[in-house]
Amino acid sequence: MTLIGQFRDWLINFMPEWAAYIVAFLVGVVAIIAFVLVMIIVFIYLERRLIGRFQVRLGPNRCGPEGIFQLIADSIKLLTKEDIVPAKGDFWVHFLAPIVTFAPALMVFAVVPFHKGVVLTDLDVGILYVVAISSISVVGIYMAGWGSNNKYSLIAALRAVAQAISYELPVVMAAVGVILIAGSLSLSKIVEAQTIPFFLLQPLGFFIFLLGSMAEINRSPFDLLEAESEIVTGYNMEYSGMKFGLLYLSEYGHTLAASCIITTLFLGGWQGPLLPPFLWFLIKVLLVFFVFLWVRSTVPRLRVDQLMAFAWKCLLPMALINLLLIGAQVLWFPKALPWGMMVVNFAVAGILILLWSRLFALGGGRVEV
Amino acid sequence: MALRTEPFVLNIGPQHPSSHGLFRLEVTLDGEVVTGLELVLGYLHRGIEKLAEGRTYIQNIPLTDRLDYLASMTNNFAYVLAVEKLAGIEVPERTEYLRVIMAELMRISSHLSFIGFLLNELGAYFTPLFYMFREREKILDLFEMVCGQRLTYNYMRIGGVSQDIPEEFLPAVKRFVAEMPRLVDEYEQLLSGNEILLARTKGVGILPRDKAINASASGPVLRASGVKWDIRKVDPYSVYDRFDFEVPVGSVGDVYDRYWVRVSEMRQSVRILEQALKQLPKGEVWTKVPGLLRPLRGEVYGHIEGPKGELGFYLVSDNSIAPYRFHIRPPALLNLTALKDMVVGWKLADAIVIFGSLDTVLGEVDR
Amino acid sequence: MLTDYGYVGLFLIIAILFAVSMPLLPLTLSLLGLVPKKPNPIKTSTYECGVETIGKTWVQFNFRYYFYALLFVVFDILIVFLFPWATKLKQLGAGAFVAVLAFLLILMVGYIYAWMKRVLEWK
Repeated sequence: MTLIGQFRDWLINFMPEWAAYIVAFLVGVVAIIAFVLVMIIVFIYLERRLIGRFQVRLGPNRCGPEGIFQLIADSIKLLTKEDIVPAKGDFWVHFLAPIVTFAPALMVFAVVPFHKGVVLTDLDVGILYVVAISSISVVGIYMAGWGSNNKYSLIAALRAVAQAISYELPVVMAAVGVILIAGSLSLSKIVEAQTIPFFLLQPLGFFIFLLGSMAEINRSPFDLLEAESEIVTGYNMEYSGMKFGLLYLSEYGHTLAASCIITTLFLGGWQGPLLPPFLWFLIKVLLVFFVFLWVRSTVPRLRVDQLMAFAWKCLLPMALINLLLIGAQVLWFPKALPWGMMVVNFAVAGILILLWSRLFALGGGRVEV
Repeated sequence: MALRTEPFVLNIGPQHPSSHGLFRLEVTLDGEVVTGLELVLGYLHRGIEKLAEGRTYIQNIPLTDRLDYLASMTNNFAYVLAVEKLAGIEVPERTEYLRVIMAELMRISSHLSFIGFLLNELGAYFTPLFYMFREREKILDLFEMVCGQRLTYNYMRIGGVSQDIPEEFLPAVKRFVAEMPRLVDEYEQLLSGNEILLARTKGVGILPRDKAINASASGPVLRASGVKWDIRKVDPYSVYDRFDFEVPVGSVGDVYDRYWVRVSEMRQSVRILEQALKQLPKGEVWTKVPGLLRPLRGEVYGHIEGPKGELGFYLVSDNSIAPYRFHIRPPALLNLTALKDMVVGWKLADAIVIFGSLDTVLGEVDR
Repeated sequence: MLTDYGYVGLFLIIAILFAVSMPLLPLTLSLLGLVPKKPNPIKTSTYECGVETIGKTWVQFNFRYYFYALLFVVFDILIVFLFPWATKLKQLGAGAFVAVLAFLLILMVGYIYAWMKRVLEWK
């Protein structure tokens, strides 16, 4: 029984059933939206400050103590900015794109367990829902790129599709590895199954999922859609004002969603000693986000054909091997020996990564014209 | 499977984050692949060559600062060398050494910003750039000590330099020279082995040896293609024949080689600096030269190895106070002419990187 | 059970409303005169580094990953089958494992064939 469910049952004492249903839901939704917005603000602030640190500079520090009000200033600016719609663009596609991009980012949080029982709805098909919903935002990005009638945006839009069709597969296959061990699609049950966090039990799956998520949310080194040195900022170039703000929010919303999902699937969700569970959840989410940031400020960007080759020639075969390995282990590996499984899987992951890094070079790519 | 597709034309520049100034690449794309390329130059044309014909020889020195604004010192150097050759002026030895020190510092600074910008174009989100600029700042501080300027130095004069170095300069430059090799090692450790950097640069944008020579490329671009051609060695000017240094040469001529050659050149520059600081003599920094210099009728071509390549000045004198003809051989422009050969067939993202690997500064290209 | 999905449906409505309200917020502010609205032909023209666009933008774009997309569809179907299999593998036992292995092997043949035919590269 989730917390929302208990709340609903308690409310039924005071009001008709349908009203209790809706009131309980609204309370949950407001809490989730508040959580998402606050976390996005924290993320943006951390990103700016930490990337400043990574880049031997200070980062924004003028508005308020340590620059914490910078984002408020930015949002006031975005709110009062003129909304410019390109004359040649498709008005409706241009208008709808940010909405289609942002809504899925929010929708993912319906199934994310923040604490034992603290989840809006504990769907039986949690992972499937997350995978299905989060891939919709690509449509939004494609709409943004296409509706702007801008060549850079168009290139960005097609790169978004390339990224989506490449990284969907390894990500989902890595998630299937998790399902194999947990024996359930529900995110809450997966968290409960993690007496040992799954990134220890299947490190290869964790790396694949992490890299794939980075690509799916378009973080560096897979940030081809907004490669500012090539296509200026890609899909959001013709946006201004709050529409741009929404695209920006959805970018971080997806990052937050990906961090939450990685935390839930591989890092043991809310579980942890001593500290309260919700705090553990936050710490893990911020840790994942920090890894994203770290990678972003360190490595250069892949090229689009290398990006696809990386997904199809490296991640996909590895994900398949991981899947079969975990499947075999679930069936035949003695249950009493999780630590043995850990050692075996770490060894396999190390060997496979070494092998692939030796066998495949992502170079080349010249096309005869 | 043949789908009907249409190529489309994309303008990169003049207002583009990677256009290194005001510059336009008119790229024909088939999908993401570049099938055609046209350079549109002249957005930054200021008519420096014509302006210079109306000004005295000394007044022209500040104009040269505005050519390659990331390496003003070497521009000064090339110009004063040409004028001194034209007028037959000997400069004191201390001046020669000071000029070499400044030129090599400038080379390090220019290469640092090259690496930073190249990595930025590869998509490393400014981090390498800021690290490179941290070191570049130190060099700019040194220049500020010497001449009070940080971008357009106007330091070298015909027959000398504008002023002797202040006493705090030498310890500061020695400190810099002492720590620089370690920093170059650090950068190499961070960047040169990076898998993504290798994937993006190895084998990309190859400029074969013969094409490089045909295009009259020079500097690191030429040397990356495997031609051992460094003006400091083949036609030593100033006191470069007194120093022991090597000329790093690439093998393939791809973007990585151009990057590697520049990194190696920074090490060699540090070597030259070490030797120059050791040998720096005491004495005057200035020969008596009339303010309104009237060189005898004649013509001269003076060239040096600038950070971007062979920077030359062709001067014709008609015995008046201003040059009759003032022509610049800008290395960046001539290197740029080979761009089309390198870019066609590669992706849009590569086109940007290949353009970046030429280390173009538009102030010099458009003049 | 059904309440769970009801919540998802309601959440969809709320998410869309929330997302729509964001771009509409400046519209209400513009009634107060805080947000300017002065379009002109230059301002609403397409950004392309400061010069006019040459030719049309909505072309038949050569996106070059047609074969990837075909393979993607095949593997996506595989994944749909994997979900129920993965959930109940412990109960189903070795037979199910072998079945999926066979299924995978058949797909692998196609995948390796595609790889060897070099369609996993941009041409």
